[in-house]
Amino acid sequence: MASLKELQNRIKSVKNTQKITKAMQMVAAAKLRKAQEAAERSRPYSDRIGAVIINLSASMAGSEGAPKLLVGNGADQVHMLVVTTADRGLCGGFNTNIVRKAREEITALEAAGKTVKIFCIGKKGYDQLNRLYDDQIVKMVSLKEHKTITGAIAAELGGTITSMFDAGEFDICKLIYSQFENVMTQTPTIKTMIPAYAGMGVESEDEGPHAADSVFAPDLQGAAYEYEPDEEGILKVLLPRNINTQIFSALLENSAGEMGSKMAAMDNATRSAGDMIDKLTLTFNRSRQAQITSELIEIISGAEAL
Amino acid sequence: MADKLQFSLVSPEAELFSGLVDQVDVPGTEGDFGVFAEHAPFMAAIRTGAITVYNDGTETRYMIQGGFADVMPSGLTILAEQCALMSDLNAEMISEEINKAETALAAAEGDASLDAAQHLDGLKQLSESL
Repeated sequence: MASLKELQNRIKSVKNTQKITKAMQMVAAAKLRKAQEAAERSRPYSDRIGAVIINLSASMAGSEGAPKLLVGNGADQVHMLVVTTADRGLCGGFNTNIVRKAREEITALEAAGKTVKIFCIGKKGYDQLNRLYDDQIVKMVSLKEHKTITGAIAAELGGTITSMFDAGEFDICKLIYSQFENVMTQTPTIKTMIPAYAGMGVESEDEGPHAADSVFAPDLQGAAYEYEPDEEGILKVLLPRNINTQIFSALLENSAGEMGSKMAAMDNATRSAGDMIDKLTLTFNRSRQAQITSELIEIISGAEAL
Repeated sequence: MADKLQFSLVSPEAELFSGLVDQVDVPGTEGDFGVFAEHAPFMAAIRTGAITVYNDGTETRYMIQGGFADVMPSGLTILAEQCALMSDLNAEMISEEINKAETALAAAEGDASLDAAQHLDGLKQLSESL
């Protein structure tokens, strides 16, 4: 049995750990609220832009001059996966779940004989994927130095992806992120970004509230749409922006998910620390009692012997 | 006029406005246009400028920098790249934007320089109207 002093030290150290996890939980809760609000604020925009593109692509998809971002470049050999994860750990299975989804996708694509390239956004995903697919990672971006996610960051990332596509570095681009449902549930989701036409439906494990159905189909009431400038001109501007928007909302969903997951993980940690403290205190009291008892017995038996 | 137009103004960061209004004036790339209720379905790119929303005799102005106007039978949606209430802005903020736009114009080439010039022009008009 450990000595009283040792037990006391253990209790003290667990208490300190508990203080830290509790503080982290509270910080995560505060950040979660902010992140959730940001994610919700961005939804109308991304829903609308999705609806507009569906609308436009319906009239453009069949025609020859359709932009490549919309219909693809005809090939589907090289796939690029944009894996977005958090930059920090200590958030339960959040990063691992995203990476697992990515790994499943990579395995499936490779089994089908495709080439897979990986674009990592977020350090944790990179750390995990690097071990397995070292030579397939083409780029890695960490957003650690950015305190809040702005449209400008997403626009920069989107620009990189679009120019890589223009340079012919890949044929199909998929975005992997975690859809924030609530604090307890974040669903890893794969979305096809390029070609945009194929990406209209969300491949989600279960039908979330943001699955493809919720993107309302426009009711034109029989009237024809007019464009100013023409369809092509609009699509040329709209499609890259759609990619930026998708990345932006994925990043926001991710940051909400990360915080939610961290909150849950830290709540668990605080609770197990509490359990551990209770157990240790019990052991401590018991061994103190045992010590007192044995000291008493010694004194009493000493007195009797006299 | 009896009917009102369902108008929503959204930017990536937030939904700035959503509700029923009488009329909205939008600065399109090919020229300004006004939208009333039951406008024909129509989609236009937007240049830098001011959106004016008319409702019950009041006018609200928003500064917009790029985006799209989507007119559907169900209403008008503006997808703004960047957008802010005019009353929240002051001359300093706009002149800062103008400086930024000027450097962007100096750096731009080809098609991009045309866009940059249009952007700068819109900002200058805005600062005059303020």
